[in-house]
Amino acid sequence: MTAATGYNFAYLDDQTKRMIRRAILKAVAVPGYQVPFGSREMPLPYGWGTGGIQVTASVIGPDDRLKVIDQGADDTTNAVSIRRFFARTAGVATTDRTEEATIIQTRHRIPETPLAEGQILVYQVPIPEPLRWLEPRETETRRMHALADYGAMHVKLYEDVARFGRIATTYDYPVMVNGRYLMRPSPIPKFDNPKMHMNPALQLFGAGREKRIYAVPPFTEVRSLDFEDHPFAVQSWDQSCALCGSTESFLDEVVTDDKGGRMYVCSDTDYCGRRRDRKEAAE
Amino acid sequence: MYVAVKGGERAIDAAHRLMAEERRGDPATPELSLGQIAGQLGLAVDRVMTEGSVYDTELAALAVKQAQGDLVEAIFLLRAYRTTLPRFGASEPVDTAAMAIRRRISAAYKDLPGGQVLGPTYDYTHRLLDFALAADGDVPWAEASDTAVADVMPRVADVLDREGLIEANPTGGGPPGDLTREPLTLPAGRDLRLQNLARADEGFVLALGYSSQRGYGNTHPFAGEIRMGEVTVELVPEELGFPVAIGTVTVTECQMINQFKGSKDIPPQFTRGYGLTFGKSERKAMAMALVDRSLRARELGEDAANPAQDEEFVLMHSDNVEASGFVQHLKLPHYVDFQSELEMIRRLRAAGQQLEPAPAGDWPVEGPRAGASVSQAGGCPRPAPEGQRQ
Amino acid sequence: MTPLLKVTGLTRMYGSRLGCRDVTFDLWPGEVMGIVGESGSGKTTLLNCLSARLEPTAGRVEYDTREAGMQDIYAMGEARRRMLTRTDWGIVHQNPRDGLRLAVSAGANVGERLMAVGARHYGAIRSQALQWLDMVEIDADRIDDLPLTFSGGMLQRLQIARNLVTHPRLVFMDEPTGGLDVSVQARLLDLLRRLVTDLGLAAIVVTHDLAVARLLAHRLMVMRRGEVVETGLTDQVLDDPHHPYTQLLVSSVLTP
Repeated sequence: MTAATGYNFAYLDDQTKRMIRRAILKAVAVPGYQVPFGSREMPLPYGWGTGGIQVTASVIGPDDRLKVIDQGADDTTNAVSIRRFFARTAGVATTDRTEEATIIQTRHRIPETPLAEGQILVYQVPIPEPLRWLEPRETETRRMHALADYGAMHVKLYEDVARFGRIATTYDYPVMVNGRYLMRPSPIPKFDNPKMHMNPALQLFGAGREKRIYAVPPFTEVRSLDFEDHPFAVQSWDQSCALCGSTESFLDEVVTDDKGGRMYVCSDTDYCGRRRDRKEAAE
Repeated sequence: MYVAVKGGERAIDAAHRLMAEERRGDPATPELSLGQIAGQLGLAVDRVMTEGSVYDTELAALAVKQAQGDLVEAIFLLRAYRTTLPRFGASEPVDTAAMAIRRRISAAYKDLPGGQVLGPTYDYTHRLLDFALAADGDVPWAEASDTAVADVMPRVADVLDREGLIEANPTGGGPPGDLTREPLTLPAGRDLRLQNLARADEGFVLALGYSSQRGYGNTHPFAGEIRMGEVTVELVPEELGFPVAIGTVTVTECQMINQFKGSKDIPPQFTRGYGLTFGKSERKAMAMALVDRSLRARELGEDAANPAQDEEFVLMHSDNVEASGFVQHLKLPHYVDFQSELEMIRRLRAAGQQLEPAPAGDWPVEGPRAGASVSQAGGCPRPAPEGQRQ
Repeated sequence: MTPLLKVTGLTRMYGSRLGCRDVTFDLWPGEVMGIVGESGSGKTTLLNCLSARLEPTAGRVEYDTREAGMQDIYAMGEARRRMLTRTDWGIVHQNPRDGLRLAVSAGANVGERLMAVGARHYGAIRSQALQWLDMVEIDADRIDDLPLTFSGGMLQRLQIARNLVTHPRLVFMDEPTGGLDVSVQARLLDLLRRLVTDLGLAAIVVTHDLAVARLLAHRLMVMRRGEVVETGLTDQVLDDPHHPYTQLLVSSVLTP
């Protein structure tokens, strides 16, 4: 029992945590494979991170230091809400610093600061099935995964190139994990896809409403689908961050007035803040 | 100088305090008590208990109060509470044949042992706003009937069963599953389908049942029997080894009797559709029975081409806590994805403006063609991605 | 020489009702076999059993695979069977809508099989698609159009291109000219005959139209109530039918 008395450490009971840990172990053993699990009803709404929360709750311990981001930022409302949930139910230390965190729960971004061995990145996943747009039926998509029957996935990319002259998928861009399973990286921008490849951290994906967990173990090959003559490429900006001057990070566009005025700032608030601190210190 | 928005935490706290104030309303008006809600908004409480899967009028009344009468939100509150409860065991199946009947009607037989008992119902009321209620009018007590309700009220389905005219109640092998503990796997057994339907959103089940009546997979139903009243819940404690009554609950049960022309292996007979809810939730119980029967199409060798017969479609979309969360999560920030799309659309438009006669190449040059739609996220060929955008 | 397809004692029951019974034949490389009979005679059941879409109740269907020789198609794993049906086989449905993706372009429809077997060069996929559209007489400028905008005859030709792009050795066709106008039928039959000859395809063609059978098939099997009542060279069967049912069939169709 912790801060919020009457509830278990990190909310979930031990039996549930064991069940989820078993699912996580299986997911790690078969990279990219979606493991069904007995997702519980959480006190937060489905679609708001219940999968990520259950995964985090199952792997977190009293000595952990948790960082929660949404859209790359630590202080977006949903990130605040989830961080408080764990501060209240697990009493763990929290941090904004990417390199200080042992567990980072995220929605829609991978931090710009490279992750290290021993860290765990927990993704909140709304729809885990990469084949869903092709085939709405779970019974059929599971068969397609079993047979590695992924050719139709390229049909979508073909259509993009035929229509637009390029692959027009910009986020939730499908990847092959360890050369075997097609996986949805959750709605991160494709800008972040290369960070998944051979990442030293453990990457866990939780989809609460759809009751699936999957994983990319450390140092695992993650390839974004593409054509040889239309290779995968990430977004780039003509601008640099208006606050820290970074030209390497994912930039959010901020509308500053109603006359077309806009500026670009880093989506990763921790990364941006640290760069500004260093710049100030240097001056 | 631009400063990134901060202070999410303070904003959330303030918003919640404002919400609490709104919920209370005008402090000059007396506050609602849970007893008032349970006693005077009983049908709302019954629905919350049914779809929340917890039989506790006080907790359900609290949920209704806390949710300001938003029943889907109240169901969510009760469900979230339910997950944290320890499981002491599973009850024996309740015996609805032994129900202390308060209402019992059959649309199949004019008269039958025990007779028709109309009980408390809005049926046959004229739906005229009753301004006497607005004026805090006292309601006259209903007079007790001289004749007591019969002790023995056989279920209509059992009457038919004795004649062999209705299929045997399909019994699944082994103990029923629990989809709040294990992920649903498809095809699901009838146990999981019924559990799912009992928890399903009343409006969704009602619409599906309705669709089956309007030609999208007709099951030719008769309301064989609807009964409402109290049943005893029994538990077999491990250390005792025999059932012990632990209380009574009010339930509404509907058994639909459906035409079935038979197949090569089965002679013509009636088939069953079953609905059961906590409290007085008759509309839900009837709709549930229709959909239960519709979902048995494949098992009975019927063509299963309609929404109400499509197990995966029905079971995956029936839960209003799941649906409400996912629909409403669209209000969470999507800055990053939106930024990505914005950038792509600008690029495509820029490329479109530069589009000149095709340069030489191995194949025709690409580029936005006249009439090509850029509206779909990711340019997917199937109209799915809008709903999948996160 | 080994047969391409070897069918032995093939039987399919639907409960106690008969689909087809005890069908045995060999199909040789480059040979076109016609299956004729009235509707309800078991032709389509047989075709579905042969093309790995309906497991027979008894009997065997063996195929001379490129990599491992004769294989029972129902004994091999599902992954291999899927691969076989997508590379070395083609299936032309009577209704082209059953065999096409209507919501993606003609080019993607033709290219899909290539991508399914690992083609990853967009330009190469597209130029092959163009080549095949040309083979089936569809204008190159329709490559990015959705099949929804195609006529019935064009849809059927697109379906054929989609099947042939991986150079299959065996194609199953179910009433390939059904539902088309007579003039459109003639053009399609011409095209089919040319493709089958030029590519040396083996084919099994189910049809109730004896004129189609005469034009396309080298050999015929006549089916009635789920059983094969007569087989032989096409001309022989049609011009000198032995079985009374075949005689009836031939006279009723060929008599003006």
